[in-house]
Amino acid sequence: MNPASLPKSPPPEPKDVHVLPGPTDGSAFTGAAMGQGNITEIHDTNPLDVTLPYHMQPRVEKATHDAQLQQFVNSATLSKDRARKRICLEAFGDNYNRMRELGGRIKQHTLDHLDYYLEQFVTNAAAAGAKVHFAETTDEANGICLDIARKCGAKLCVKSKSMVTEEMHLLPKLESIGVETVETDLGEFILQLDKDAPSHIVQPMIHKDRAATARAFTRELHVEYTEDPGKLCQIARNLLRNKYRQADMGICGGNFLIADTGTVVICTNEGNGRLCTSAPRVLVAFVGIEKLVPSLEHLGVLLKLLARSATGQPLTVYNHFMTGPRRPDEHDGPEEMHIILVDNGRVKTLKEETREMLRCIRCGACLNTCPVYRKIGGHAYGSVYSGPIGAILTPMLKGLGNYPDLPHASSLCGACYEACPVKINIPKFLIQLRRDQIKQKITRWPDRLIYRVWAATLRNSLTYRLGGWMQKWMFRLQARGNGSLGRAGSDPYASRGWLSDAPGPVKSWTRERDMPTPPARSFRQWWDEHEKDKKSKEA
Amino acid sequence: MKVSIFITCLSDTFYPRTGIAMVKVLEHLGCEVDFPQAQTCCGQPMYNNGFHDESRELAKRMIQVFENSDHVVTPSGSCAAMVRDYYPELFHGDHAWEHDARKFADKTYEFIEYLVKVLKVDLTQLGAKWKGKATYHYSCHLRGIGITNEAEQIIRQIDGLEYVPLEKSEQCCGFGGTFAMKYPDISGTMVRDKVACIAATGAQTVISNDAGCTMNISGSCRREGAGVAFKSLAEIIAESLGLMERHDDYLHPAGQKPRTAIAGCGPIKT
Repeated sequence: MNPASLPKSPPPEPKDVHVLPGPTDGSAFTGAAMGQGNITEIHDTNPLDVTLPYHMQPRVEKATHDAQLQQFVNSATLSKDRARKRICLEAFGDNYNRMRELGGRIKQHTLDHLDYYLEQFVTNAAAAGAKVHFAETTDEANGICLDIARKCGAKLCVKSKSMVTEEMHLLPKLESIGVETVETDLGEFILQLDKDAPSHIVQPMIHKDRAATARAFTRELHVEYTEDPGKLCQIARNLLRNKYRQADMGICGGNFLIADTGTVVICTNEGNGRLCTSAPRVLVAFVGIEKLVPSLEHLGVLLKLLARSATGQPLTVYNHFMTGPRRPDEHDGPEEMHIILVDNGRVKTLKEETREMLRCIRCGACLNTCPVYRKIGGHAYGSVYSGPIGAILTPMLKGLGNYPDLPHASSLCGACYEACPVKINIPKFLIQLRRDQIKQKITRWPDRLIYRVWAATLRNSLTYRLGGWMQKWMFRLQARGNGSLGRAGSDPYASRGWLSDAPGPVKSWTRERDMPTPPARSFRQWWDEHEKDKKSKEA
Repeated sequence: MKVSIFITCLSDTFYPRTGIAMVKVLEHLGCEVDFPQAQTCCGQPMYNNGFHDESRELAKRMIQVFENSDHVVTPSGSCAAMVRDYYPELFHGDHAWEHDARKFADKTYEFIEYLVKVLKVDLTQLGAKWKGKATYHYSCHLRGIGITNEAEQIIRQIDGLEYVPLEKSEQCCGFGGTFAMKYPDISGTMVRDKVACIAATGAQTVISNDAGCTMNISGSCRREGAGVAFKSLAEIIAESLGLMERHDDYLHPAGQKPRTAIAGCGPIKT
């Protein structure tokens, strides 16, 4: 990617992103709890490697029948969602929406002037001694990383959690050139052992429990079977300590890039990020170009929102700032620091209409609050970004035709918009993507025809009435057949029948629940009588 | 006060009693109620599915139908949100229509919102009485128009009504218009979760103020064997003020055996 290819923006005015005073609380850390139960599944292939175009129905069906998956995802997301609401209210009170507004404005401002801030970042990061690379595609990004690994003769790499490297499917590539790469975030470590993939942006193993962890540890690490979280952590810790000592390369992502200092910021709760980035000789940071913020002052606002929205903590436990490699007088840090700035579809999302999507700070709040995500989990979205944000981001980054189902996998309830700390209007984008599917004729023609005929009948009150009347009598005729009609008294505006096995477009409705029939008379019929009554009273 | 009512297409056909109750309550409160007969549908199904040209035509029609109204009141948060949030956006760039859409949006209210924010009704002063245990389902589109606990406030003003809050009340029931048909599995799982929460309250009546949610949740309650009755808030108010005869349409009345036991219903399909 050439930074010169970015859309040109006018010079930014700093007053666009004036910073409010922040919260003053210091609430306690609420750690993630492991669920109970047992999922036995071992994946032959990475659940995020899907054939395109991706159709989600098989995974949806599997997930809606998987009681354990639903139980884990449901309880974990509910508790995180409640924690977010509670702590945001405690910290920001009535200012919560103003904080979200501000967070959104900071990100939007940066995206609006991305060319400016990217240039500033590159200059400052280079001045601090980091080598900055640009990657337009997955292959380019992975290629740069593999080159670095080859040049430094890396044998063992420790990696901290990063969504963008998941997006790149980086690990198999490193393994293919003989670089053993170990995930060091506990959740990611377990998933790697179990040959599984993350299903949540912040809690990657939300779909798994401690029994699955215990089985994976016994199978892969040949340790004694235990479901004790403390013991399991200790096993992982012992193993990882040696890896940190031996690793010659570290890989991390980047939660934020600070333009005016050239700093990469990573936020972790386990401290593994710091060990990955300071112990090995060579460090490679993979970061999407949308992660820029103008200055440390702006970062403060986003750090406060990120931790509270993600886990309900006031601040992430470890916030690690890296400005260039180790200096001569420093005790730790890499000798070489590389930053790979990744496009992979982001630049095309930078057009004015869709730019807002790139505000996302990967807090996962929209996943936690989404009733659909709660029922189907992350793998059903067929991509590394799941939940509401994934439903808009994935089709944008990877092509709408490749993910035709995602924009429809939402009831448009708006909970995601309400939860988003940077105010991304996700429902609006879902609808826009549906509109674009029609424009691009991705929507099948029978569907297009149905909606057009439906709209045409509604454009005239006569056809509207006729349609309503036909629907009523068709439904009531069927209900008469099954004997459910008219059993609840004689009120013609209230008593109705029920269909349990309707044909046609109602078939999929009655597969899951009953369908009420309309009562014998409509509101309009009542209104006509009501009008007559009123007139006769007046007369 | 001159009020034009916007009876949504679902209310007109499936839930006429809601509209009737709304008219009776508004008239009781001294409003002069008018029902422009040329109205049809706000176009939300088309809009949500991306058919924006079709939706725009329906929106124009609605704007013209209610052109001379002072206030427009509808018994649906969903349709109110369509008018308020999306009509102006539909006409973005077309100045004349955008202006008219905004004017229409500014005078459109959801029924509860109108009672609380404009008419500032206090049911305790009006002697509202209703006997029974009821819970209330918060429909998602109220979020869009900034309604939070107004309905609960009103419900708590009714003497004799034992109100039991619903667990996970902020969670969508899975209707979502055509979502329920496009993704029946997900929607079905979502609505069973809601049914389980309703069953846990022990309420005999569920107050639901959006016809779409009512269709979905009552359909699932009936399938799963929950013997509750569904009412809109307008009906509860009309009944509590004696403006309407009480009508409890229990999904499984005494003597009729539900097909599945309530114990078998829950958030998880196994």
